Amino acid sequence: MLTVRNISINFGERRVLKDISFWLKPGEIIAVLGANGAGKTTLLRALNKTLPLSGGEILLEETALDGFSRREIARRIAVVAQENETKFPVTVSEFVLAGRFAHGSSFGWETENDIRVAKDCLHLCGLDQLENRLMNELSGGERQRVLLARAITTEARILFLDEPTNNLDISHQASMLRLVRERTNTCESAAIVITHDLNLASEFADKILLLKNGEIAAQGAPDEILTEKNLLDVFGVKVLLDRNPMTENVRVTTLY
Amino acid sequence: MSIKIPTSAVRSIRVGAGLVVLLIGAIVLAVFLGSEKLSVFELTGPQSAILFDIRLPRILLGACVGASLAVAGASLQALLRNPLAEPYLLGVSNGAALGTMLAFVFLGSIEFARPLMAFAGAGLATFAVYQMARSRAGMNVERLILSGVIVTTFLSSIIILMTSLLDATRLRSFTFWLLGDLSQATKGGFFLTLIAVSVGTVILMTQARALNLMMIGERDAFDYGVEIGRTRLVVFATASGLVGLSVAASGSVGFVGLIVPHLVRLAFGSDNRNVLPFSAMFGASFVVLADTLARTVIAPLELPVGAITALIGCPLFIYLLRKN
Repeated sequence: MLTVRNISINFGERRVLKDISFWLKPGEIIAVLGANGAGKTTLLRALNKTLPLSGGEILLEETALDGFSRREIARRIAVVAQENETKFPVTVSEFVLAGRFAHGSSFGWETENDIRVAKDCLHLCGLDQLENRLMNELSGGERQRVLLARAITTEARILFLDEPTNNLDISHQASMLRLVRERTNTCESAAIVITHDLNLASEFADKILLLKNGEIAAQGAPDEILTEKNLLDVFGVKVLLDRNPMTENVRVTTLY
Repeated sequence: MSIKIPTSAVRSIRVGAGLVVLLIGAIVLAVFLGSEKLSVFELTGPQSAILFDIRLPRILLGACVGASLAVAGASLQALLRNPLAEPYLLGVSNGAALGTMLAFVFLGSIEFARPLMAFAGAGLATFAVYQMARSRAGMNVERLILSGVIVTTFLSSIIILMTSLLDATRLRSFTFWLLGDLSQATKGGFFLTLIAVSVGTVILMTQARALNLMMIGERDAFDYGVEIGRTRLVVFATASGLVGLSVAASGSVGFVGLIVPHLVRLAFGSDNRNVLPFSAMFGASFVVLADTLARTVIAPLELPVGAITALIGCPLFIYLLRKN
Protein backbone atom coordinates (compact mmCIF):
# COMPACT_ATOMS: atom_id res chain seq x y z
CA MET A 1 0.00 0.00 0.00
CA LEU A 2 2.83 2.29 0.90
CA THR A 3 6.33 1.94 -0.46
CA VAL A 4 9.10 4.08 0.92
CA ARG A 5 12.32 4.19 -1.04
CA ASN A 6 15.49 5.81 0.30
CA ILE A 7 13.82 8.93 1.63
CA SER A 8 15.79 11.69 3.33
CA ILE A 9 14.65 14.90 4.94
CA ASN A 10 16.73 17.94 5.81
CA PHE A 11 15.73 20.79 8.06
CA GLY A 12 18.07 23.43 6.70
CA GLU A 13 21.55 21.97 7.06
CA ARG A 14 20.47 19.33 9.53
CA ARG A 15 19.67 15.89 8.18
CA VAL A 16 16.77 14.51 10.23
CA LEU A 17 15.94 11.43 8.17
CA LYS A 18 18.47 9.50 6.16
CA ASP A 19 17.93 6.80 3.59
CA ILE A 20 14.75 5.23 4.99
CA SER A 21 13.19 2.35 3.06
CA PHE A 22 10.33 0.02 4.00
CA TRP A 23 6.97 -1.32 2.84
CA LEU A 24 3.55 -1.27 4.42
CA LYS A 25 1.36 -4.12 3.25
CA PRO A 26 -2.42 -4.53 3.66
CA GLY A 27 -3.30 -6.05 7.02
CA GLU A 28 -0.02 -4.99 8.57
CA ILE A 29 0.74 -2.94 11.65
CA ILE A 30 4.18 -1.38 11.75
CA ALA A 31 5.44 0.01 15.06
CA VAL A 32 8.03 2.77 14.91
CA LEU A 33 10.30 2.78 17.94
CA GLY A 34 13.17 5.03 18.86
CA ALA A 35 14.46 7.53 21.39
CA ASN A 36 13.08 11.07 21.56
CA GLY A 37 14.30 13.06 18.59
CA ALA A 38 15.10 9.99 16.51
CA GLY A 39 12.81 11.27 13.74
CA LYS A 40 9.68 9.17 14.33
CA THR A 41 7.13 11.98 14.01
CA THR A 42 9.10 13.52 11.15
CA LEU A 43 8.84 10.20 9.33
CA LEU A 44 5.05 10.06 9.71
CA ARG A 45 4.71 13.64 8.56
CA ALA A 46 6.79 12.92 5.48
CA LEU A 47 4.63 9.92 4.65
CA ASN A 48 1.47 12.02 4.24
CA LYS A 49 3.24 14.78 2.36
CA THR A 50 3.25 17.28 5.21
CA LEU A 51 7.01 17.68 4.89
CA PRO A 52 8.89 17.86 1.58
CA LEU A 53 11.45 15.16 0.86
CA SER A 54 15.08 15.98 0.21
CA GLY A 55 15.56 12.69 -1.57
CA GLY A 56 13.98 9.34 -2.34
CA GLU A 57 10.36 8.62 -3.18
CA ILE A 58 7.12 7.47 -1.60
CA LEU A 59 4.54 5.43 -3.49
CA LEU A 60 0.94 5.29 -2.31
CA GLU A 61 -1.01 2.51 -3.99
CA GLU A 62 1.82 2.18 -6.53
CA THR A 63 1.55 5.87 -7.51
CA ALA A 64 3.96 8.64 -6.57
CA LEU A 65 2.68 10.49 -3.50
CA ASP A 66 3.53 13.82 -5.14
CA GLY A 67 0.66 13.39 -7.59
CA PHE A 68 -2.02 13.24 -4.87
CA SER A 69 -3.95 16.30 -3.70
CA ARG A 70 -4.53 16.95 0.01
CA ARG A 71 -8.07 15.61 -0.25
CA GLU A 72 -6.97 12.47 -2.06
CA ILE A 73 -4.34 11.80 0.58
CA ALA A 74 -6.84 12.49 3.38
CA ARG A 75 -9.22 9.89 1.91
CA ARG A 76 -6.42 7.29 2.02
CA ILE A 77 -4.40 8.15 5.11
CA ALA A 78 -5.93 9.18 8.44
CA VAL A 79 -3.82 10.58 11.24
CA VAL A 80 -4.16 10.43 15.00
CA ALA A 81 -1.63 12.95 16.28
CA GLN A 82 -1.07 14.67 19.57
CA GLU A 83 -3.98 16.97 19.85
CA ASN A 84 -4.36 20.72 19.92
CA GLU A 85 -6.78 22.06 22.46
CA THR A 86 -9.48 24.09 20.83
CA LYS A 87 -10.81 27.23 22.44
CA PHE A 88 -14.20 26.94 20.75
CA PRO A 89 -17.14 24.93 22.04
CA VAL A 90 -17.06 21.94 19.66
CA THR A 91 -19.12 18.84 20.42
CA VAL A 92 -17.76 15.31 20.08
CA SER A 93 -20.09 14.51 17.18
CA GLU A 94 -19.16 17.70 15.32
CA PHE A 95 -15.49 16.92 15.85
CA VAL A 96 -15.84 13.39 14.51
CA LEU A 97 -18.04 14.44 11.57
CA ALA A 98 -15.32 16.90 10.51
CA GLY A 99 -13.35 13.77 9.60
CA ARG A 100 -15.65 13.45 6.56
CA PHE A 101 -14.29 16.69 5.08
CA ALA A 102 -12.35 15.01 2.29
CA HIS A 103 -15.44 13.09 1.14
CA GLY A 104 -17.98 15.85 0.61
CA SER A 105 -18.03 19.12 -1.21
CA SER A 106 -16.38 21.86 0.78
CA PHE A 107 -19.71 23.64 0.81
CA GLY A 108 -22.86 22.18 2.28
CA TRP A 109 -23.80 19.62 4.87
CA GLU A 110 -22.77 16.04 5.51
CA THR A 111 -24.89 13.40 3.83
CA GLU A 112 -26.84 10.70 5.69
CA ASN A 113 -24.06 8.30 4.79
CA ASP A 114 -21.49 10.59 6.44
CA ILE A 115 -23.61 10.71 9.59
CA ARG A 116 -24.09 6.94 9.63
CA VAL A 117 -20.33 6.31 9.28
CA ALA A 118 -19.56 8.77 12.06
CA LYS A 119 -22.14 7.16 14.36
CA ASP A 120 -20.67 3.71 13.73
CA CYS A 121 -17.18 4.94 14.51
CA LEU A 122 -18.33 6.67 17.69
CA HIS A 123 -19.89 3.40 18.72
CA LEU A 124 -16.76 1.39 17.89
CA CYS A 125 -14.69 3.69 20.08
CA GLY A 126 -17.18 3.43 22.92
CA LEU A 127 -18.23 7.05 22.71
CA ASP A 128 -22.03 6.74 22.28
CA GLN A 129 -22.64 8.39 25.63
CA LEU A 130 -20.37 11.34 24.89
CA GLU A 131 -21.79 12.41 21.50
CA ASN A 132 -23.13 15.76 22.65
CA ARG A 133 -20.43 16.63 25.16
CA LEU A 134 -18.00 19.45 24.43
CA MET A 135 -14.43 18.50 23.53
CA ASN A 136 -12.87 20.66 26.21
CA GLU A 137 -14.91 18.95 28.94
CA LEU A 138 -13.46 15.52 28.18
CA SER A 139 -10.65 13.74 30.00
CA GLY A 140 -7.37 13.12 28.18
CA GLY A 141 -8.26 9.50 27.54
CA GLU A 142 -11.71 10.29 26.22
CA ARG A 143 -10.23 12.87 23.88
CA GLN A 144 -7.71 10.37 22.57
CA ARG A 145 -10.56 8.00 21.71
CA VAL A 146 -12.41 10.82 19.93
CA LEU A 147 -9.28 11.39 17.83
CA LEU A 148 -9.27 7.73 16.85
CA ALA A 149 -12.99 7.88 16.05
CA ARG A 150 -12.42 10.87 13.76
CA ALA A 151 -9.55 9.07 12.04
CA ILE A 152 -11.56 5.94 11.26
CA THR A 153 -14.54 8.08 10.20
CA THR A 154 -12.49 9.03 7.15
CA GLU A 155 -12.68 5.34 6.05
CA ALA A 156 -9.04 5.72 5.04
CA ARG A 157 -7.28 2.38 4.60
CA ILE A 158 -4.06 3.57 6.18
CA LEU A 159 -3.94 4.80 9.76
CA PHE A 160 -1.04 6.78 11.22
CA LEU A 161 -1.01 6.85 14.99
CA ASP A 162 1.46 9.10 16.79
CA GLU A 163 1.68 7.88 20.38
CA PRO A 164 -2.00 6.99 20.45
CA THR A 165 -1.85 5.45 23.90
CA ASN A 166 -0.52 8.55 25.64
CA ASN A 167 -3.02 9.60 28.31
CA LEU A 168 -4.77 6.22 28.20
CA ASP A 169 -5.14 3.89 31.14
CA ILE A 170 -4.03 0.29 30.58
CA SER A 171 -7.49 -0.98 29.71
CA HIS A 172 -8.05 1.73 27.09
CA GLN A 173 -4.53 1.27 25.72
CA ALA A 174 -5.30 -2.33 24.95
CA SER A 175 -8.78 -1.67 23.60
CA MET A 176 -7.52 1.08 21.33
CA LEU A 177 -4.87 -1.13 19.77
CA ARG A 178 -7.28 -4.07 19.57
CA LEU A 179 -9.57 -1.82 17.55
CA VAL A 180 -6.73 -0.91 15.21
CA ARG A 181 -5.82 -4.60 14.96
CA GLU A 182 -9.40 -5.57 14.10
CA ARG A 183 -9.54 -3.00 11.34
CA THR A 184 -6.27 -4.10 9.80
CA ASN A 185 -7.47 -7.70 9.93
CA THR A 186 -10.86 -7.11 8.36
CA CYS A 187 -10.92 -3.92 6.30
CA GLU A 188 -7.91 -4.41 4.05
CA SER A 189 -6.26 -1.62 5.95
CA ALA A 190 -2.90 -1.08 7.56
CA ALA A 191 -1.41 1.09 10.29
CA ILE A 192 1.82 2.72 11.34
CA VAL A 193 2.07 3.34 15.07
CA ILE A 194 4.64 5.43 16.90
CA THR A 195 4.96 4.28 20.47
CA HIS A 196 7.32 4.22 23.42
CA ASP A 197 5.76 1.08 24.82
CA LEU A 198 7.96 -1.80 23.69
CA ASN A 199 5.56 -4.43 24.97
CA LEU A 200 2.57 -2.97 23.12
CA ALA A 201 4.72 -3.01 19.98
CA SER A 202 5.64 -6.60 20.61
CA GLU A 203 2.02 -7.66 21.16
CA PHE A 204 0.35 -5.77 18.33
CA ALA A 205 2.89 -5.06 15.59
CA ASP A 206 3.75 -7.32 12.65
CA LYS A 207 6.88 -5.38 11.97
CA ILE A 208 9.05 -3.00 13.95
CA LEU A 209 11.09 -0.08 12.60
CA LEU A 210 13.81 0.88 14.99
CA LEU A 211 14.99 4.45 14.38
CA LYS A 212 18.22 5.93 15.62
CA ASN A 213 19.37 9.46 14.72
CA GLY A 214 17.14 9.54 11.66
CA GLU A 215 18.28 6.21 10.29
CA ILE A 216 16.78 2.75 10.45
CA ALA A 217 18.86 0.82 12.96
CA ALA A 218 16.90 -2.38 12.35
CA GLN A 219 13.60 -3.53 10.88
CA GLY A 220 11.74 -6.80 10.93
CA ALA A 221 9.44 -8.97 13.03
CA PRO A 222 9.27 -8.10 16.76
CA ASP A 223 11.07 -11.31 17.66
CA GLU A 224 14.09 -10.36 15.60
CA ILE A 225 14.19 -6.69 16.48
CA LEU A 226 13.54 -6.67 20.20
CA THR A 227 16.94 -7.96 21.23
CA GLU A 228 19.18 -6.92 24.09
CA LYS A 229 21.80 -5.66 21.66
CA ASN A 230 19.39 -3.51 19.58
CA LEU A 231 17.71 -1.97 22.60
CA LEU A 232 21.02 -1.15 24.24
CA ASP A 233 22.18 0.38 20.98
CA VAL A 234 19.07 2.50 20.36
CA PHE A 235 17.89 3.40 23.85
CA GLY A 236 21.06 2.88 25.84
CA VAL A 237 19.27 0.76 28.43
CA LYS A 238 19.80 -2.78 29.61
CA VAL A 239 16.75 -4.98 29.33
CA LEU A 240 15.63 -8.42 30.36
CA LEU A 241 13.84 -10.41 27.66
CA ASP A 242 11.48 -13.33 28.11
CA ARG A 243 8.19 -14.49 26.65
CA ASN A 244 4.69 -13.48 27.58
CA PRO A 245 3.29 -16.81 28.86
CA MET A 246 -0.14 -16.14 27.30
CA THR A 247 0.79 -14.94 23.80
CA GLU A 248 4.34 -16.27 23.45
CA ASN A 249 5.44 -12.80 22.26
CA VAL A 250 8.67 -11.20 23.41
CA ARG A 251 8.34 -9.40 26.73
CA VAL A 252 10.70 -6.58 27.60
CA THR A 253 11.54 -5.62 31.15
CA THR A 254 13.71 -2.55 31.62
CA LEU A 255 16.48 -2.91 34.17
CA TYR A 256 16.90 0.31 36.11
CA MET B 1 -36.28 11.28 -6.73
CA SER B 2 -36.48 13.53 -3.74
CA ILE B 3 -33.73 15.64 -2.29
CA LYS B 4 -33.22 14.95 1.36
CA ILE B 5 -32.17 17.90 3.43
CA PRO B 6 -30.19 16.84 6.51
CA THR B 7 -31.91 17.60 9.80
CA SER B 8 -29.02 19.81 10.91
CA ALA B 9 -29.53 21.96 7.81
CA VAL B 10 -33.27 22.23 8.50
CA ARG B 11 -32.52 23.50 11.98
CA SER B 12 -30.04 26.00 10.57
CA ILE B 13 -32.60 27.32 8.11
CA ARG B 14 -35.15 27.74 10.94
CA VAL B 15 -32.70 29.65 13.12
CA GLY B 16 -31.65 31.73 10.12
CA ALA B 17 -35.28 32.63 9.42
CA GLY B 18 -35.70 33.64 13.06
CA LEU B 19 -32.68 35.92 12.81
CA VAL B 20 -34.07 37.53 9.64
CA VAL B 21 -37.29 38.30 11.55
CA LEU B 22 -35.18 39.82 14.33
CA LEU B 23 -33.36 41.98 11.78
CA ILE B 24 -36.60 43.21 10.21
CA GLY B 25 -37.91 43.99 13.69
CA ALA B 26 -34.75 45.95 14.50
CA ILE B 27 -35.01 47.93 11.27
CA VAL B 28 -38.71 48.76 11.84
CA LEU B 29 -37.95 49.88 15.40
CA ALA B 30 -35.06 52.01 14.18
CA VAL B 31 -37.25 53.69 11.56
CA PHE B 32 -39.74 54.94 14.13
CA LEU B 33 -37.27 56.00 16.80
CA GLY B 34 -35.26 59.14 16.33
CA SER B 35 -34.99 62.83 17.15
CA GLU B 36 -37.75 63.54 14.63
CA LYS B 37 -40.81 61.43 15.54
CA LEU B 38 -42.36 59.80 12.51
CA SER B 39 -45.90 58.47 12.49
CA VAL B 40 -46.72 55.35 10.56
CA PHE B 41 -49.40 56.63 8.18
CA GLU B 42 -48.97 60.34 7.67
CA LEU B 43 -45.70 61.69 6.48
CA THR B 44 -45.21 65.32 5.63
CA GLY B 45 -42.86 66.22 2.82
CA PRO B 46 -39.85 66.98 5.03
CA GLN B 47 -40.57 63.93 7.17
CA SER B 48 -40.58 61.74 4.12
CA ALA B 49 -37.24 63.27 3.13
CA ILE B 50 -35.86 62.54 6.61
CA LEU B 51 -37.05 58.97 6.38
CA PHE B 52 -35.94 58.07 2.86
CA ASP B 53 -32.86 60.24 2.40
CA ILE B 54 -31.37 60.26 5.87
CA ARG B 55 -32.72 57.71 8.26
CA LEU B 56 -33.35 54.69 6.06
CA PRO B 57 -29.96 54.76 4.28
CA ARG B 58 -28.32 55.09 7.66
CA ILE B 59 -30.21 52.14 9.14
CA LEU B 60 -29.59 49.92 6.14
CA LEU B 61 -25.92 50.87 5.96
CA GLY B 62 -25.67 50.04 9.67
CA ALA B 63 -27.14 46.62 8.96
CA CYS B 64 -24.61 45.93 6.18
CA VAL B 65 -21.68 47.21 8.24
CA GLY B 66 -22.74 45.09 11.20
CA ALA B 67 -23.08 42.00 9.03
CA SER B 68 -19.68 42.62 7.39
CA LEU B 69 -17.81 43.12 10.64
CA ALA B 70 -19.46 40.19 12.40
CA VAL B 71 -18.86 37.71 9.60
CA ALA B 72 -15.27 38.96 9.14
CA GLY B 73 -14.65 38.56 12.88
CA ALA B 74 -16.17 35.09 12.96
CA SER B 75 -14.06 33.84 10.06
CA LEU B 76 -10.82 35.38 11.38
CA GLN B 77 -11.44 33.79 14.77
CA ALA B 78 -11.83 30.33 13.27
CA LEU B 79 -8.82 30.80 10.99
CA LEU B 80 -6.55 32.06 13.78
CA ARG B 81 -7.98 29.61 16.34
CA ASN B 82 -8.61 32.48 18.66
CA PRO B 83 -12.00 33.70 19.91
CA LEU B 84 -10.43 37.08 20.70
CA ALA B 85 -9.40 37.86 17.12
CA GLU B 86 -11.41 40.89 16.02
CA PRO B 87 -10.90 43.28 13.08
CA TYR B 88 -10.68 46.33 15.35
CA LEU B 89 -8.28 44.74 17.86
CA LEU B 90 -6.08 43.19 15.18
CA GLY B 91 -5.47 46.57 13.57
CA VAL B 92 -7.37 45.61 10.41
CA SER B 93 -9.91 48.41 10.95
CA ASN B 94 -7.13 50.91 11.54
CA GLY B 95 -5.37 49.80 8.38
CA ALA B 96 -8.60 50.43 6.50
CA ALA B 97 -9.02 53.78 8.26
CA LEU B 98 -5.54 54.89 7.24
CA GLY B 99 -6.21 53.79 3.66
CA THR B 100 -9.49 55.74 3.62
CA MET B 101 -7.78 58.77 5.03
CA LEU B 102 -4.97 58.71 2.47
CA ALA B 103 -7.59 58.50 -0.27
CA PHE B 104 -9.57 61.31 1.35
CA VAL B 105 -6.61 63.67 1.60
CA PHE B 106 -4.75 62.87 -1.62
CA LEU B 107 -7.33 61.35 -3.95
CA GLY B 108 -10.43 63.23 -2.76
CA SER B 109 -11.95 63.63 -6.21
CA ILE B 110 -11.97 59.92 -7.13
CA GLU B 111 -15.10 58.28 -5.75
CA PHE B 112 -13.94 54.68 -5.65
CA ALA B 113 -10.51 55.48 -4.26
CA ARG B 114 -11.72 55.35 -0.66
CA PRO B 115 -13.13 51.80 -0.54
CA LEU B 116 -10.22 50.52 -2.62
CA MET B 117 -7.60 52.13 -0.41
CA ALA B 118 -9.48 50.92 2.66
CA PHE B 119 -9.36 47.38 1.32
CA ALA B 120 -5.64 47.69 0.60
CA GLY B 121 -4.99 49.10 4.08
CA ALA B 122 -6.99 46.34 5.75
CA GLY B 123 -5.18 43.68 3.74
CA LEU B 124 -1.74 45.04 4.57
CA ALA B 125 -2.56 45.34 8.27
CA THR B 126 -3.89 41.76 8.35
CA PHE B 127 -0.77 40.49 6.65
CA ALA B 128 1.54 42.43 9.00
CA VAL B 129 -0.20 41.17 12.14
CA TYR B 130 -0.23 37.61 10.87
CA GLN B 131 3.47 37.66 10.06
CA MET B 132 4.34 39.18 13.45
CA ALA B 133 2.21 36.78 15.44
CA ARG B 134 3.57 33.74 13.66
CA SER B 135 6.57 31.96 15.08
CA ARG B 136 8.14 28.58 14.66
CA ALA B 137 6.21 27.34 17.65
CA GLY B 138 2.93 28.42 16.08
CA MET B 139 0.70 31.24 17.16
CA ASN B 140 -0.52 31.84 20.66
CA VAL B 141 -3.23 34.16 21.94
CA GLU B 142 -0.90 36.61 23.62
CA ARG B 143 1.36 37.01 20.62
CA LEU B 144 -1.56 37.66 18.31
CA ILE B 145 -3.21 40.25 20.56
CA LEU B 146 0.13 41.94 21.18
CA SER B 147 0.90 42.13 17.47
CA GLY B 148 -2.57 43.60 16.92
CA VAL B 149 -1.95 46.24 19.58
CA ILE B 150 1.41 47.19 18.08
CA VAL B 151 0.04 47.50 14.56
CA THR B 152 -3.01 49.43 15.83
CA THR B 153 -0.83 51.85 17.78
CA PHE B 154 1.52 52.37 14.88
CA LEU B 155 -1.31 53.03 12.44
CA SER B 156 -3.06 55.31 14.95
CA SER B 157 0.02 57.47 15.25
CA ILE B 158 0.16 57.91 11.46
CA ILE B 159 -3.55 58.73 11.44
CA ILE B 160 -3.04 61.37 14.15
CA LEU B 161 -0.14 62.84 12.18
CA MET B 162 -2.36 63.07 9.14
CA THR B 163 -5.17 64.83 11.00
CA SER B 164 -2.84 67.81 11.21
CA LEU B 165 -3.56 68.22 7.50
CA LEU B 166 -7.28 68.74 8.22
CA ASP B 167 -9.06 71.98 9.18
CA ALA B 168 -11.13 72.30 12.35
CA THR B 169 -14.60 71.47 10.94
CA ARG B 170 -13.41 68.43 9.06
CA LEU B 171 -11.48 67.37 12.16
CA ARG B 172 -14.65 67.00 14.25
CA SER B 173 -16.48 64.86 11.70
CA PHE B 174 -13.30 62.91 11.19
CA THR B 175 -12.92 62.16 14.89
CA PHE B 176 -16.49 60.85 14.92
CA TRP B 177 -15.82 58.77 11.85
CA LEU B 178 -12.70 57.25 13.44
CA LEU B 179 -14.80 56.00 16.34
CA GLY B 180 -17.35 54.50 13.99
CA ASP B 181 -20.13 56.76 12.81
CA LEU B 182 -23.05 56.06 10.52
CA SER B 183 -24.35 59.63 10.20
CA GLN B 184 -22.63 60.20 6.83
CA ALA B 185 -24.55 57.31 5.24
CA THR B 186 -25.37 57.58 1.55
CA LYS B 187 -27.42 55.34 -0.73
CA GLY B 188 -24.29 54.61 -2.78
CA GLY B 189 -22.38 53.51 0.31
CA PHE B 190 -25.26 51.29 1.30
CA PHE B 191 -25.49 49.53 -2.08
CA LEU B 192 -21.73 48.98 -2.21
CA THR B 193 -21.58 47.40 1.26
CA LEU B 194 -24.73 45.38 0.57
CA ILE B 195 -23.17 43.80 -2.51
CA ALA B 196 -19.87 43.27 -0.68
CA VAL B 197 -21.41 41.60 2.35
CA SER B 198 -23.59 39.31 0.23
CA VAL B 199 -20.74 38.18 -1.98
CA GLY B 200 -18.28 38.05 0.93
CA THR B 201 -20.52 35.89 3.09
CA VAL B 202 -21.07 33.41 0.25
CA ILE B 203 -17.31 33.22 -0.40
CA LEU B 204 -16.60 32.65 3.30
CA MET B 205 -19.32 29.98 3.43
CA THR B 206 -17.38 27.96 0.84
CA GLN B 207 -14.61 27.77 3.44
CA ALA B 208 -16.89 26.96 6.38
CA ARG B 209 -16.16 23.23 6.51
CA ALA B 210 -12.45 23.87 6.11
CA LEU B 211 -12.65 26.42 8.93
CA ASN B 212 -14.32 23.81 11.14
CA LEU B 213 -11.08 21.85 10.90
CA MET B 214 -8.81 24.91 10.97
CA MET B 215 -10.22 26.08 14.29
CA ILE B 216 -9.08 22.83 15.87
CA GLY B 217 -5.56 23.04 14.49
CA GLU B 218 -3.70 23.77 11.28
CA ARG B 219 -2.04 20.41 11.33
CA ASP B 220 -5.33 18.62 11.85
CA ALA B 221 -6.84 20.56 8.97
CA PHE B 222 -3.93 19.68 6.73
CA ASP B 223 -4.06 15.98 7.63
CA TYR B 224 -7.81 15.86 7.00
CA GLY B 225 -7.62 17.33 3.51
CA VAL B 226 -7.72 21.12 3.77
CA GLU B 227 -5.49 23.11 1.44
CA ILE B 228 -4.67 25.46 4.29
CA GLY B 229 -2.76 27.98 2.19
CA ARG B 230 -5.75 28.54 -0.05
CA THR B 231 -8.24 28.73 2.82
CA ARG B 232 -6.02 31.24 4.61
CA LEU B 233 -5.71 33.43 1.52
CA VAL B 234 -9.46 33.36 0.76
CA VAL B 235 -10.42 34.18 4.35
CA PHE B 236 -7.82 36.93 4.81
CA ALA B 237 -8.68 38.57 1.49
CA THR B 238 -12.45 38.38 1.99
CA ALA B 239 -12.38 39.51 5.60
CA SER B 240 -10.07 42.41 4.68
CA GLY B 241 -12.43 43.39 1.88
CA LEU B 242 -15.45 43.34 4.17
CA VAL B 243 -13.70 45.32 6.89
CA GLY B 244 -12.24 47.75 4.36
CA LEU B 245 -15.60 48.59 2.80
CA SER B 246 -17.28 48.92 6.19
CA VAL B 247 -14.61 51.28 7.44
CA ALA B 248 -14.71 53.35 4.25
CA ALA B 249 -18.47 53.76 4.74
CA SER B 250 -18.70 54.24 8.48
CA GLY B 251 -15.31 54.29 10.21
CA SER B 252 -14.05 51.78 12.73
CA VAL B 253 -17.04 50.38 14.57
CA GLY B 254 -15.23 48.24 17.11
CA PHE B 255 -16.01 44.97 18.88
CA VAL B 256 -18.95 43.93 16.66
CA GLY B 257 -16.77 41.13 15.33
CA LEU B 258 -16.07 40.00 18.89
CA ILE B 259 -19.47 40.29 20.55
CA VAL B 260 -21.66 38.87 17.80
CA PRO B 261 -19.81 35.62 16.94
CA HIS B 262 -19.32 34.94 20.63
CA LEU B 263 -23.05 35.13 21.35
CA VAL B 264 -23.86 33.11 18.23
CA ARG B 265 -21.46 30.31 19.26
CA LEU B 266 -22.85 30.36 22.77
CA ALA B 267 -26.37 29.90 21.47
CA PHE B 268 -25.91 27.68 18.41
CA GLY B 269 -22.50 25.98 18.69
CA SER B 270 -19.27 26.43 16.74
CA ASP B 271 -20.11 24.91 13.35
CA ASN B 272 -19.01 27.66 10.96
CA ARG B 273 -21.74 26.79 8.48
CA ASN B 274 -24.04 28.25 11.13
CA VAL B 275 -21.71 30.72 12.81
CA LEU B 276 -20.94 32.66 9.61
CA PRO B 277 -24.47 33.35 8.29
CA PHE B 278 -25.99 33.71 11.76
CA SER B 279 -23.27 36.19 12.71
CA ALA B 280 -23.99 38.20 9.56
CA MET B 281 -27.69 38.46 10.38
CA PHE B 282 -27.29 38.99 14.10
CA GLY B 283 -24.46 41.49 13.51
CA ALA B 284 -26.77 43.49 11.26
CA SER B 285 -29.48 43.65 13.94
CA PHE B 286 -26.90 44.45 16.59
CA VAL B 287 -25.47 47.50 14.82
CA VAL B 288 -28.93 48.76 13.81
CA LEU B 289 -30.01 48.65 17.46
CA ALA B 290 -26.72 50.10 18.74
CA ASP B 291 -27.01 52.97 16.27
CA THR B 292 -30.62 53.60 17.26
CA LEU B 293 -29.36 53.95 20.81
CA ALA B 294 -26.57 56.26 19.62
CA ARG B 295 -29.12 58.47 17.81
CA THR B 296 -31.67 58.67 20.61
CA VAL B 297 -29.95 58.42 23.97
CA ILE B 298 -28.88 62.09 24.12
CA ALA B 299 -31.16 63.37 21.29
CA PRO B 300 -31.04 65.76 19.53
CA LEU B 301 -27.29 65.26 19.94
CA GLU B 302 -25.75 62.02 18.69
CA LEU B 303 -23.04 59.62 19.77
CA PRO B 304 -20.84 57.70 17.34
CA VAL B 305 -22.14 54.13 17.18
CA GLY B 306 -18.61 52.83 17.83
CA ALA B 307 -18.78 54.29 21.33
CA ILE B 308 -21.84 52.15 22.10
CA THR B 309 -20.37 48.94 20.68
CA ALA B 310 -17.09 49.51 22.55
CA LEU B 311 -18.96 50.05 25.80
CA ILE B 312 -20.50 46.61 25.40
CA GLY B 313 -17.44 44.97 23.85
CA CYS B 314 -14.66 45.90 26.26
CA PRO B 315 -16.11 44.15 29.31
CA LEU B 316 -16.81 41.07 27.18
CA PHE B 317 -13.22 41.07 25.95
CA ILE B 318 -11.90 41.17 29.51
CA TYR B 319 -14.23 38.35 30.46
CA LEU B 320 -13.10 36.20 27.53
CA LEU B 321 -9.43 36.91 28.20
CA ARG B 322 -9.81 35.81 31.82
CA LYS B 323 -11.76 32.72 30.86
CA ASN B 324 -9.00 31.68 28.47
